[in-house]
Amino acid sequence: MSTEIKELKYSTFKTNVKYSVINTKVHNVDGIAKVTGRAQYTFDIKLPGMLYGKILRSPHPHARIINIDTSRAMELPGVKAVVTGKDTLGIKQGIWRRYEELCDEQILPLEKVRYIGEPVAAVAAVTEEIAEKALDLIDVEYEVLPAVFEPLDAIKKDAPVIHEGVERNVNVTRHIEWGDVDEAFAEAEKNGGYIREDWFRCSGQHHMCMETRAAVSSYTPEGKLTVWASTQSAYYTQALLAGVLGMREGDVRVIATYVGGGFGGKFELDAAMFCSAVLSKKLCKPVKIVFTREEDLVATKRRTPMYYYVRTAMSRDGQLLARESRMFSNGGAYTGMGATALYLSGFFHSFPYKWKAYRYDGYRVYTNTMPSTSMRGFGAPQAMFCSEQQIEWMCADLGLDPYEVRRKNAHTECYEVPGQAFIQSCGMTECIDKIEEWVKSKGDLGPNRAIGISSCGFMSGGIFNWFDSPYSFSSAVVTINNDGTVELHVGCQDIGQGSNTTMAIIAAETLGVKIEDIKGHSGDTDHCPADLGAWGSRQTLMAGNAVKMACEDAKKQLLEFAYAEMGLNIVYDLDIKDRWVHVIARPERGMKYEDLVKKAIRAKDGQRIVGRGYYTPHRKGMISPAYSYMMQAVDAEVDPETGKIKIHEIMTAHDCGQPINPLGLVGQLEGAASMALGYAYLEDLPMDEGKLLNPNLVDYKVIRAPEMPKTGMIDIETYEAEGPYGAKEAGEGLTNPTAAALGNAIFHALGIQMKELPLTPERILKALREKKEKEANK
Amino acid sequence: MEKRALKLSVNGQEYEVFIHPKTLLVEVIRDHLGFTGTKRGCETVSCGACTVLVNGVSVKSCSILAVQVEGMEVTTVEGLEKDGKLSPIQKAFLDNGSYQCGFCTPGMLMSATAFLNENEGREVTEHEIREGIEGNICRCTGYNSIVRAIDAVAKGTYKEE
Repeated sequence: MSTEIKELKYSTFKTNVKYSVINTKVHNVDGIAKVTGRAQYTFDIKLPGMLYGKILRSPHPHARIINIDTSRAMELPGVKAVVTGKDTLGIKQGIWRRYEELCDEQILPLEKVRYIGEPVAAVAAVTEEIAEKALDLIDVEYEVLPAVFEPLDAIKKDAPVIHEGVERNVNVTRHIEWGDVDEAFAEAEKNGGYIREDWFRCSGQHHMCMETRAAVSSYTPEGKLTVWASTQSAYYTQALLAGVLGMREGDVRVIATYVGGGFGGKFELDAAMFCSAVLSKKLCKPVKIVFTREEDLVATKRRTPMYYYVRTAMSRDGQLLARESRMFSNGGAYTGMGATALYLSGFFHSFPYKWKAYRYDGYRVYTNTMPSTSMRGFGAPQAMFCSEQQIEWMCADLGLDPYEVRRKNAHTECYEVPGQAFIQSCGMTECIDKIEEWVKSKGDLGPNRAIGISSCGFMSGGIFNWFDSPYSFSSAVVTINNDGTVELHVGCQDIGQGSNTTMAIIAAETLGVKIEDIKGHSGDTDHCPADLGAWGSRQTLMAGNAVKMACEDAKKQLLEFAYAEMGLNIVYDLDIKDRWVHVIARPERGMKYEDLVKKAIRAKDGQRIVGRGYYTPHRKGMISPAYSYMMQAVDAEVDPETGKIKIHEIMTAHDCGQPINPLGLVGQLEGAASMALGYAYLEDLPMDEGKLLNPNLVDYKVIRAPEMPKTGMIDIETYEAEGPYGAKEAGEGLTNPTAAALGNAIFHALGIQMKELPLTPERILKALREKKEKEANK
Repeated sequence: MEKRALKLSVNGQEYEVFIHPKTLLVEVIRDHLGFTGTKRGCETVSCGACTVLVNGVSVKSCSILAVQVEGMEVTTVEGLEKDGKLSPIQKAFLDNGSYQCGFCTPGMLMSATAFLNENEGREVTEHEIREGIEGNICRCTGYNSIVRAIDAVAKGTYKEE
């Protein structure tokens, strides 16, 4: 593999091209619909004759289902159907479709429940209230089984078996290794290098999308199913639903025009989609299911909690020599996207440094808790919390400059992570320089206050295809109408991050038209090409490339005609910019875009101009075609009496290649900061015997406006050869550095080392007490 | 309890609905009258997605019974725009990118509108703006772009057309 990658070494460079639309301030294409309340979410869909569904959930963390009696519920007036696992095909599904053993979840299980909140039956009734009442009339007989909640307990020999045949409850393992790790540690020891080991505990976090899980399914006698779903991937929902219902993919239509947030939690099949579809198929009536906030918190998935053991060797002058890490993640009851988080966490744990020897052993362990999955950052925020704090502590232990150490070891452009990935563009060093400058400009901040830093990087979409999609990762079709307006059909999913706007910008730039000429169509599997959807920061690069290719295809057809029409010498180059078709060398010589389109369509026997584009990564290693880089600085003050944190400011130097939508980019930066700050010091999912203790927005605290600090961004521009117009990921990676940077701020402010998330006042006070005791004993 | 008739005005239009007395205002707005711009994001009066104005004062419409607004004037997000002209705060949200998924946006706009109305003619601090929208959760934007939008309107950058 590595020889193949090497053939693709490009030098990164900055372009001096002046763009008409890219990197200019534009309004979101769906902005007016959103600020006028016209945007219709799945939550708002109401169809004639629609029924309302509710789900009965397991009160036990682990139990065998002996019997479910639905007869009393069926007798309640207004109840139209009650379904259990017996009304389904009993197919075990999962998003890692290529691996049968990882397809382990029956929504409405037949034999066992494995976490509190797992669906066991679903009701459809004429009102939500009746459906709710009917739940109380379903009699479920359980045989309660011993349960286990923590991965380090579940991996023990005598632990309860959660999935038959899965030894020690180990769901997936992932080994990443390069260089001779044992040799490198031995060498480090021999040469007087510094070796440090630490244990860390990283908590879970809930996505807390403002729109809870919601679906409206409408099955009709023609044998077709239409589902409005709050999903990050209409195509995944279509394919997974078709699979569990025994239908052809093409007979299932998924519509997701407006989605009220995703953050990694909405691209698996969920119980709202599945149960509404099963009920609708049974009744041939539309059925709507919307999760309450409590259901959403208790019974959907969460950021993966992780236990990390990290051992690192550093030379006395700050060269990173070797690392070995072991990670045990709380997988909860099922696999979902957690298997990907296991891999990515281990990979990004090495970022952004050039380790000569690196080893990671990750174990994803089943427990009787809600399943864990992907969430913005995809395992990297946890990995960085451990890595970036430990490196900071090692610098302090050795009296080294943490900026210098990071610079010395940082990724640079055209670097190969041995056997794993090939880095093309990389602005890491510049990010470190700029943050160092900024931090030093702040001067002395006074007592109990300090700035902590963390560097990291992230992928621009995953290369892996465990979903086994037969389609290109991204596709686009562009159709030019006679009046010059452009129909842009994409499969990429806008969940609020603004991909519809990004794609419109790329289309307008490529075709040389105005953004208002582009009519975007997305979020409908009947009318849009398949695309893997919004996850892993993939759309700007992958769907962006597909859109660019489709527009170049259409533009080429137009320009071919323009050549003939204008009677040009073939050595001239033509282009279109701001609706003006012109000779590049002599921009005043040209014709109007609208006139060209009319003539070209006439010349094509009345056919509209159609361009097609697609993107599937090839020969780009095992992880991603391109990587963003960043360093973040968090200015925090801690009250040593109360342990309370006040964040003054967050500054991020950020290399996302060529920014496409500057307003959207700032939004991603600020949004990621609030979500990552929540993860760092507020949000947690405490449980007692598998029961969530804070299943509402009163007790589950998120960052609100008054706590949100000032944020700033220093844009480090690189050009990514693999990205459309040099662009790469910009939204997800920004979640990665914050917890680590805050931990480092606390370290410098109070001299304590925080190894558990979230960084609550209790933990801070405990660490301060321990520090005092230690000092007293000296 | 028996169902009863309720008269209220929503966005300047009189309506009469026949409801169970325990019906929440948000249910009347969304389910009976079809103003689905107003959202719901929790059951604990925590998220602010259902915020509307009742006689000009911001109210979480999941926190009161519909019968409590008998004869009163309710304004929802659909009432901010007049004959296709966006209100200053709507324009400021567009210019500042103060929304992403958009689900909290209607409630956020109503809290912002109430805050701006209450503070008309006086200078407001950033801290006051932040407290003015404290009851509204936005999971996408990190609030700062919303604060910038409200600040711009408070400073008179946008004029009512």
